[in-house]
Amino acid sequence: MKQNILKWKAVCLPLCVVALVITLVTWASSSPIKNSPKAPVTIEGNPFQNTVKQVDQFFEDQWSESNISASKSTDDLNQIRRLSLALHGTVPSLEEIREFEQMEGNDRLERWTQKLLADRRFADYFSERLARAFVGVDQGQFIIFRRDRFKAWLSEQIEANTPYDELAKTLISGEGLWTGDPETNYITAASADGNLDRNKLTGNTVRAFLGQRIDCAQCHDHPFDHWKQSDFEGLTAFYGQVEVQLFGVRQNEDLKYEVEDRETLEKRVVSPQVPFLDECLPQEGTLREKLAAWVTHPQNRRFERASANRIWGLLFGVPYINPVDDLPAPTDLSEFPPDVLDILGKDFRENGYDIKRMIQIIVASKPFRLSSQSKSPVSEEEVERLNDSWALFPLVRLRPEQIIGSMLQASSLKTIDQNSNLFMRGRRFFSEINFINEYGDLGSDELNDFPGTIPQALLRMNGEFAQDNGTASPLNSVGRIAGLDFSDEKRIETCFLVCLTRPPTSSEKDYFLKQYQATQNQNERVKVTEDLFWSLYNSPEFSWNH
Amino acid sequence: MFDPISLSGKMNRRDLCKIAVGSTLSFALPGFDFKAAEKRGPERRKSVIILWMGGGPSQLETWDPHPGTKIGGPGKAIKTTMPGLQISDMYPLLAEQIESMSVIRSMVSKEGDHERGTKYFKTGYRPEPTTVYPALGAVITHQAPNPDLEIPQHISLGNTEFPARGGYLGGHLDAFRVRDPGKNIGNMRARVEPPRQNRRLENLNIVSQAFQKGRTIQTQKTLHQSTIDRALTMMSSEQLNALEIDKEPESVRKAYGDSPFGRGCLVARRLVEQGVHSIEVNLRGWDSHANNYTGHQTQAAMLDPGFSSLLKDLKARDLLDSTIVLCIGEFGRTPKINPLDGRDHWPTGFSCIVGGGGIKGNVIIGETDPTGKEKKPAEPVQIQDLYATILQKLNIDYTKELISPIGRPLALSDGNPIKKLI
Repeated sequence: MKQNILKWKAVCLPLCVVALVITLVTWASSSPIKNSPKAPVTIEGNPFQNTVKQVDQFFEDQWSESNISASKSTDDLNQIRRLSLALHGTVPSLEEIREFEQMEGNDRLERWTQKLLADRRFADYFSERLARAFVGVDQGQFIIFRRDRFKAWLSEQIEANTPYDELAKTLISGEGLWTGDPETNYITAASADGNLDRNKLTGNTVRAFLGQRIDCAQCHDHPFDHWKQSDFEGLTAFYGQVEVQLFGVRQNEDLKYEVEDRETLEKRVVSPQVPFLDECLPQEGTLREKLAAWVTHPQNRRFERASANRIWGLLFGVPYINPVDDLPAPTDLSEFPPDVLDILGKDFRENGYDIKRMIQIIVASKPFRLSSQSKSPVSEEEVERLNDSWALFPLVRLRPEQIIGSMLQASSLKTIDQNSNLFMRGRRFFSEINFINEYGDLGSDELNDFPGTIPQALLRMNGEFAQDNGTASPLNSVGRIAGLDFSDEKRIETCFLVCLTRPPTSSEKDYFLKQYQATQNQNERVKVTEDLFWSLYNSPEFSWNH
Repeated sequence: MFDPISLSGKMNRRDLCKIAVGSTLSFALPGFDFKAAEKRGPERRKSVIILWMGGGPSQLETWDPHPGTKIGGPGKAIKTTMPGLQISDMYPLLAEQIESMSVIRSMVSKEGDHERGTKYFKTGYRPEPTTVYPALGAVITHQAPNPDLEIPQHISLGNTEFPARGGYLGGHLDAFRVRDPGKNIGNMRARVEPPRQNRRLENLNIVSQAFQKGRTIQTQKTLHQSTIDRALTMMSSEQLNALEIDKEPESVRKAYGDSPFGRGCLVARRLVEQGVHSIEVNLRGWDSHANNYTGHQTQAAMLDPGFSSLLKDLKARDLLDSTIVLCIGEFGRTPKINPLDGRDHWPTGFSCIVGGGGIKGNVIIGETDPTGKEKKPAEPVQIQDLYATILQKLNIDYTKELISPIGRPLALSDGNPIKKLI
């Protein structure tokens, strides 16, 4: 009898453990995220309409002055594709397309934008984009730099819509441990070999928040700008008292910032000094707090202009002024009319440095809504002229994350988001890492366009990931579309919507219809569908934003 | 009796080849593909093979042993075919082949972090935020492309975290990566049979046409189609055979070692024969913070057969005169052995082997302190100097300036050639 009980115990115990583990894992993996939000029914007032009008007017004037005829507006489906790519890093799902199609009213694109901005996927995607500007893509120094924690923190800030100036201040002046206070990774990202590279911090701060490249002033005066080596040293001195210790990033008031003179090789102490707008430097606070206040000071227009240029770049794939971090000095607005960055920057400053608001303005403005197709056949010079004045939506190659995000999304009819099952999310996580690894990351240079490479073409055509997603199975969209009992016309249309967010043209439909009509059995129909999917995945339309 | 070799004291292998071929004695020579390898010796266009030791090998357990000292560890040294050179006894095969190569024992870097160190040593420029520098292989490909190649000109064999990149020269100069050389040529094969592949390509044509409407110029400028076309040419090219090793005799494959690195070395030789000029073969796993000695034994078991067979084959095929081989990692390891029997990162005073392609052989440069107290080695050598040397030997003007995207003129290498190696 006793032995029997022991046996039962021996059986039950592992079972209990397994049950416990399953419960815990389920609990741990259950999404704390609220359901994907529905699009708002109406928008109250139209708070930023005025700024949109100013932006539009700016471009209208420019176009009529240069005698440019801008392209037509693009259709709504293409517009939601652009929005999803810019804000979520994927194409919209069939589920989303259908939801959008149900919506009515002239303002449905504005409401759709709000829906996308309220979705957690926006915060997650934008945190990666901004993290590149703030800490780059390097894995950095082991242990003391935690990029993952930094990104998660940034995502929470974006989700909470923390004012962008607050965000910048926290990054520049943050204290604490890189795990508990993840913002301090902004500082530790500049560590190498156990030393904190203060020059790197300065270069980075000025690039990320003021849109200026002064890195070369580290060693010599800027060759064609006003930056002097002494400006660089003076700014770096604000980071002179920050230390990375065992207990995290700390301010040490006893530290003096010294540089070695390149000629005499003697050390000299440099005191903190800003190159312009002295009056914006507060009296109170630690050195880094002072620097942060100066960088984000409402009178320091470089801050708002740099922010506008960066967000413009993230939405279009090309910044308004290229490169994103080398802007000309702001003009005197009493003498010159404001440019787009001034208009957007002013709205940004006057409305609490609200990133989501700025995004809504840019995507509602004319240039973002124009077609990438020119009205009439044009020469190469003309295309360049149209692109330069934003009278034609630029063709921009999708980022590796956007390609993989889109391929994954297109392989599922339902939206893949935080509410997807663990399997789907895990698949997305790992596929993304592997794919980007193989596809090649653009690094911090992500807003400069390079043509695609042969290995990338091979990866899209023959890669394992493409094979997995393009081979019919009961779980993916290829298999489901091939298996569904509806007309072949509908089948073709669904393939196009899922991959390219548009229905096929009539000649495309006829072409593929013939292929289906020639099939003898279900097996052949599956193959036709697979081949159609492969072609859509590999088309220029799929891998370029248009 | 007629003896061609005694008639001319300077008779070299190439002449012997000619005579052998002429007198139908070619069966007696090592077989090679004449089509791809017509020219031999110094006239042949030069290639560079970099054996990249990821993680940073210990100089003391490789080419700069100090046996019997406190820092030397348990290792012993052996004599080699290079006069005056002793290397770690973990490399008996290499010791037989190392003559005509040179050893630098005084490499210095300023980067002690793997990522930054690797970027520095792969490009010759210390990493900085506003410029992504191209790797040496990308520079070579950019300066001296081979128009006859249908396969990639810049190839990285074996797995690595930080492959050679094109940097500001463009993503098309990134090294083409073959992760499991000799076993799998990756994405080079279509996934379906030819009839279906044709159907797919015709479909693609139809879908592309719709997209081109109103975007003719822009679509052309994306180079999407031409990239696909070049990829398709590559997929059907006979030159791809250079990436396969199953036709190599079993004894050859065995000699190189059945590891990804060994197969990589064999593939590298075949690629050189095909006319590929920039190749990197990766061997990771040198980061021995613990159990340094046994770790290096494991690594040596792969490096020794691969490296030595590569040298032996290049010599036998008369390709060493036109092929620079460099074996290097991002840094070395501390003379001091830590409590875990490991060695930590050491960017001052570590070793590399370089030679072939006209680089002077049998030279030993630099020396490290056998007590380990003096950090700086004698005759320190910087990586940019080594790259300037290599570029010069490739007849590429290393002082030539390219304009980076931010408008800054940058020399191909800002070092100076190492006199002792020229």
